[in-house]
Amino acid sequence: MQPFIYADNAATTALSKVVLDEMMPYLTNEYGNASSLYDLGNRSKAAVNIARQRVAAAIGAMDKEIYFTAGGSESDNWAIKGVAEAMAKKGKKHIISTAFEHHAVLHCLERLEKNGFEVTLLPVHENGIIRLDELEEAIREDTALVTIMYANNEIGTIQPVKEIGEICKKHGVIFHTDAVQAVGNVAIDVKDCSIDLLSMSAHKFHGPKGVGALYMRRGLVIPNLIDGGAQEKGRRAGTENTAGIVGMGKAIELAVSTMQQRNEKLIQIRDKIIDGATKIERSRLNGDRVHRLPGNVSLCFEGVEGESLLLMLDLKGVAASSGSACTSGSLDPSHVLLSIGLKHEIAHGSLRLSFSDDNTLEDADYILSVLPPIIERLRAMSPLWDKIKSEEKGE
Amino acid sequence: MYTEQVMEHFTNPRNVGEIENADGVGEVGNAKCGDIMKIFLKIENGIITDVKFKTYGCASAIATSSIATEMIKGQPIDKAIELSNKAVVEALGGLPPHKIHCSVLAEQAIKAALRDYYTKQGIDPVPILGEPCHDCHDCEGCH
Repeated sequence: MQPFIYADNAATTALSKVVLDEMMPYLTNEYGNASSLYDLGNRSKAAVNIARQRVAAAIGAMDKEIYFTAGGSESDNWAIKGVAEAMAKKGKKHIISTAFEHHAVLHCLERLEKNGFEVTLLPVHENGIIRLDELEEAIREDTALVTIMYANNEIGTIQPVKEIGEICKKHGVIFHTDAVQAVGNVAIDVKDCSIDLLSMSAHKFHGPKGVGALYMRRGLVIPNLIDGGAQEKGRRAGTENTAGIVGMGKAIELAVSTMQQRNEKLIQIRDKIIDGATKIERSRLNGDRVHRLPGNVSLCFEGVEGESLLLMLDLKGVAASSGSACTSGSLDPSHVLLSIGLKHEIAHGSLRLSFSDDNTLEDADYILSVLPPIIERLRAMSPLWDKIKSEEKGE
Repeated sequence: MYTEQVMEHFTNPRNVGEIENADGVGEVGNAKCGDIMKIFLKIENGIITDVKFKTYGCASAIATSSIATEMIKGQPIDKAIELSNKAVVEALGGLPPHKIHCSVLAEQAIKAALRDYYTKQGIDPVPILGEPCHDCHDCEGCH
């Protein structure tokens, strides 16, 4: 029987059974509103607070610094728009970010630009990592915020977050990091890294969809994104998604407590695929080989188009992702791949495989057995591949 | 996202390959946009006796190439000239809106091959086929 291999864990992860079990009471009998005064409500409130402690402990924060949201995008929106509004009152209307942020960040910045903010997007260079001297040079008197992702969702590169935090602290600039891909996958300490705000999302580490959190350093005050009731100390309105929050708490606790062992295995899977797949003629690894997420493989194959590659892999039971134009729904390939200097025609042939603890080394073997024949088949019908080969021969 | 017909033609594309000494060869699209279609025609007595294609692109680009070659094989040239992207889309049971340009590309690739055929025959293709489409992504059908 053909296997099914889920290799798109950067898109979302499977909800863990343990997490679901922890959530179930709050989807059934424990339906109380956490704001209600009777015992049923109090029990929900207590469950939310345990989850808050777990999330805080996972990133080295204090409980009161954790605010639950509806996910990573909301956390990013709140952090960026909130800091922007607060700092604009002090005449600071400059923001520094990078060219390859998630759209939840980039589109917030575009909105702010329309409202009179100036945005500097740092280059991420060929290895997908910013240069600290370029960050420091970009900081100005009126810089309100530095927002740089912890780890990239497509190419998996990890930024020097501690050093970025130190630079921001030195210059008195607020530092936000979109850590949606990093939380649960790499060890994070917000205090050690001088992070002021950090966004996270539960479904990236085997928690449920539709719930996330924003870490906000104690003492930092920014306007609300969602106004309304007194939930989350009056800073994020809306009846608590109790089951989701409980699930997030359990999932992050599990992810962090099993991280070391899991990552040893993930790195083996990742490196096996990188070593095997880059043996294919005219292939390349995208992003730094060392400073990357343990479960991320991002490759490009010249002469093939990513969507065709994905669908052929799907027919072989492998679920993966690509940054080609055809998968992005536009005429351009992913901005992430272009930001590391790839030409359009190379970026169209991209493949992202992202693994979790559900994957095995046998999965890597299987992928390496089906991938080369698919590429060969697509290249055999590709006029672009013919051109590449004839140019090679100097014709 | 795709119909069964699209997936069927993508999985088992018909008429893949090249024709040596083809009577007409047409290539449209470009690498930057992520799709290139190349069509080879063998024409005898006004009939398309053989047709092959090579395509670099997404599943719908491969499927539209495949079905378009099937639709014109064995047909008189007039039928190939008349082949519209709409007919290709219909034959595939529909395409997602942002993939319609692939069908335009297939229509244009066949027209480009016919243009090449007429030129080789010493016949001006413009009165028959009109001006060539220079940039497929500027076409109305592509957006």
